Amino acid sequence: MKKRSLRSATATQTFLWGWALILPTIVGLTVLNIIPLITTISQSFHKTGDFGRGNIFIGLKNYQKLFSDQAVLQSIINTLKYTIVQVPFSVFIALVLAVMLNREIKGRGAYRTIFFLPMVVAPAAIAMVWRWLYNTEFGLINNLFNLKISWISDPAIAVYSIAIIGIWSDIGYNMILFLAGLQEVPRDYYEAADLDGASIFQSFRHITVPMISPILFFVIVTRMIAAMQVFDTIFMVMEQRSNPAMYKTQSLVYLFYQSSFVERDFGYGSTIVVVLLVLIMAITAIQIIAQKKWVHYN
Amino acid sequence: MRKRSLIHSLLLHAILIGVSLTMLIPFVWMVLTSFKTPGQAIQLDPYVFFPTQFQFNSFIRVFTTNNFLNLYKNTLLLIFFRILCAVVTASMAGFAFGRLKFKGSELAFSLVLVQMMIPSQIFIIPQYQMISKLGMTNTTFALVFPGLVSAFGTFLMRQAYKILPKDLEDAAKIDGLNIGKTFLYVLAPLTKSSLVALSVFTAVFAYKELMWPMIVNTSKDSLVLASALAKMKGQYVANYPELMAASLIACVPMILLYFIFQKQFIEGIATSGGKL
Repeated sequence: MKKRSLRSATATQTFLWGWALILPTIVGLTVLNIIPLITTISQSFHKTGDFGRGNIFIGLKNYQKLFSDQAVLQSIINTLKYTIVQVPFSVFIALVLAVMLNREIKGRGAYRTIFFLPMVVAPAAIAMVWRWLYNTEFGLINNLFNLKISWISDPAIAVYSIAIIGIWSDIGYNMILFLAGLQEVPRDYYEAADLDGASIFQSFRHITVPMISPILFFVIVTRMIAAMQVFDTIFMVMEQRSNPAMYKTQSLVYLFYQSSFVERDFGYGSTIVVVLLVLIMAITAIQIIAQKKWVHYN
Repeated sequence: MRKRSLIHSLLLHAILIGVSLTMLIPFVWMVLTSFKTPGQAIQLDPYVFFPTQFQFNSFIRVFTTNNFLNLYKNTLLLIFFRILCAVVTASMAGFAFGRLKFKGSELAFSLVLVQMMIPSQIFIIPQYQMISKLGMTNTTFALVFPGLVSAFGTFLMRQAYKILPKDLEDAAKIDGLNIGKTFLYVLAPLTKSSLVALSVFTAVFAYKELMWPMIVNTSKDSLVLASALAKMKGQYVANYPELMAASLIACVPMILLYFIFQKQFIEGIATSGGKL
C-alpha cells in the first residue's frame, strides 16, 4: 500500500515537471503555429478587410477565383518547373561529389569547405551576385563565353536560370548529408564488387544507391518541399513588374507574398498558401508511397 | 595499374577543382566588382576582369548611407534572441519529451511534428496580424517572434536526451536530486554538442531569413542585413560596384565565422538536417 502511494507520488511529480518543462514550447507552438494554421485556413474562406475588420464569409469564392486566375495557374507550373530541375540536379551532382570525396584524397577538407560555402551566405546576397553575373550586356557569364543570352529576362529560360542558382546553393549541403550516409557503407562491399569486375558505375548503381537510399529519400523529400517554397531568389533576382519574364517565373510563394503583403488581400493570400500546403502534402504523400519500391531500410 | 590510378586521381581532382571554381567564382566576382568604378564595371571593349586600381569608394558610400553598423546590430540581436529562446525552451521540452513518461506527452509532441511538417508560409499572415495588433512592428521582438519557440530544436534536443545512459537518473535519485535538478545539473551539461549544433543552425537560418523581416520591419532603422539588401536592390539599380560592396559587407561576417568554426558549422547544419 505504502509502495503504491509512493509510486503514484512519483508519477504525479513526473507529470507536473513534465508539463512545466514543455509548457513554454506548447504555448508557443499553439500561439505561433496551431492558431495561425486554423486562422489561415479560415481566412481563405473570407473576404478580409484591413486587419480582420469586416471579414465576410464568402465560402469557396476565393478558391473559385484562384482556379480561374491565369497568373496563379502559371505560377504553379513555374514552381513545378523549378522543382523538377532544381531537385534532381542538386541531388545527383551532390551524390556524385560525395562519392568522389568519400576516400582518402588530398584536399578533401578544402573541397568540402568550398562546396558548403553557399550554405552560410544569405540568399539575398547570393541572388544579388547572380543577377549581376546573368546581366545580358555586362554580365560575366555572357562576356566570358561570348554569349548573348537574356538569362533572366527571356520568359522561356528565366525559371531555369533561377533553378541554376538553387542548384549551386544546395549542392554542398546535400553532399554533406550524403557523405555522412556513405561513411556507413562497409568498404568490403566495394572491394568484393571490384573483385567481381564491377565497374565504378555498376558499384554506384548496385551498392551506393541502395545502401544510402534512406538518406537519399530524406534529402529528395526535404529538398522538394523546400523547392516548392522558392521565393528569395526570385524576389531578389527578377526585376519586379518591368521584367517580361516575371509572369513565367514567379512562384506560388512569390504570388502569396504579392497578394498578402503588397496588395494586402489576406483572404486571397491565405487561399494561395493553403493550395501550396495541399500541393506539398500531395507530393510528399506520393513520395512516401513510392519509396517502398526503392528505399531499403535494414 | 599504377598509371591507371594516377590518371584516375588527376581526373578526380580536375572535376573537383572545376566544381570548386564554380562555387567560388560568384564570390570572387563580387569582390572584384566591388573594387571597380561604376564605369569600369560596365566597360565592354575591352571587358575588365580585374580592377586597374582597387578603390574603396563604393564601400564607404554604401556603409555610411545605409548605416550598416545598425544593420549588423539588428541582425545580431535577432540571432542572439533566437538562439537564446531555442536553446532554453527546446532543452526543457527536449528533456521532458526524451526522458519523462507522463500523461499527454505524446499528444503534446504531435504539435511539434505538425509544426515541422507544415510550410512556414502558412503561419505568416496571422503572425503578422498579431504583431501588428500588438503595435510591435519595427521592433527586435517582431523579428524574433516566429522563433520564440523551436519545434525543430525540440525535436533535436529530444533525440539528444534520449541517447543519454539511463543510470544517470538513478544515480541522481540516490543523491536526492529532484527532476528539475537532475535535468539542470546532470543531464543538460551532457547535451553540449547538440546545443552547439542547434545554435549554429538557428543562427544561420535567422541570418538568411528574408520574407519575415521584410514584412514586419519596414522602417529604415529596424532592417536586418537581408531585408536591407532587398531594399537597396531598388535604389542602386545599375550601380553594381555598390550593390556588390553591400552584398560583401553583408556576408563577410558569417563567412569569416564559417572559416573559423568550419567543423561546428558543417556538423551543426548537417547533423541537424540529418536527424530531421
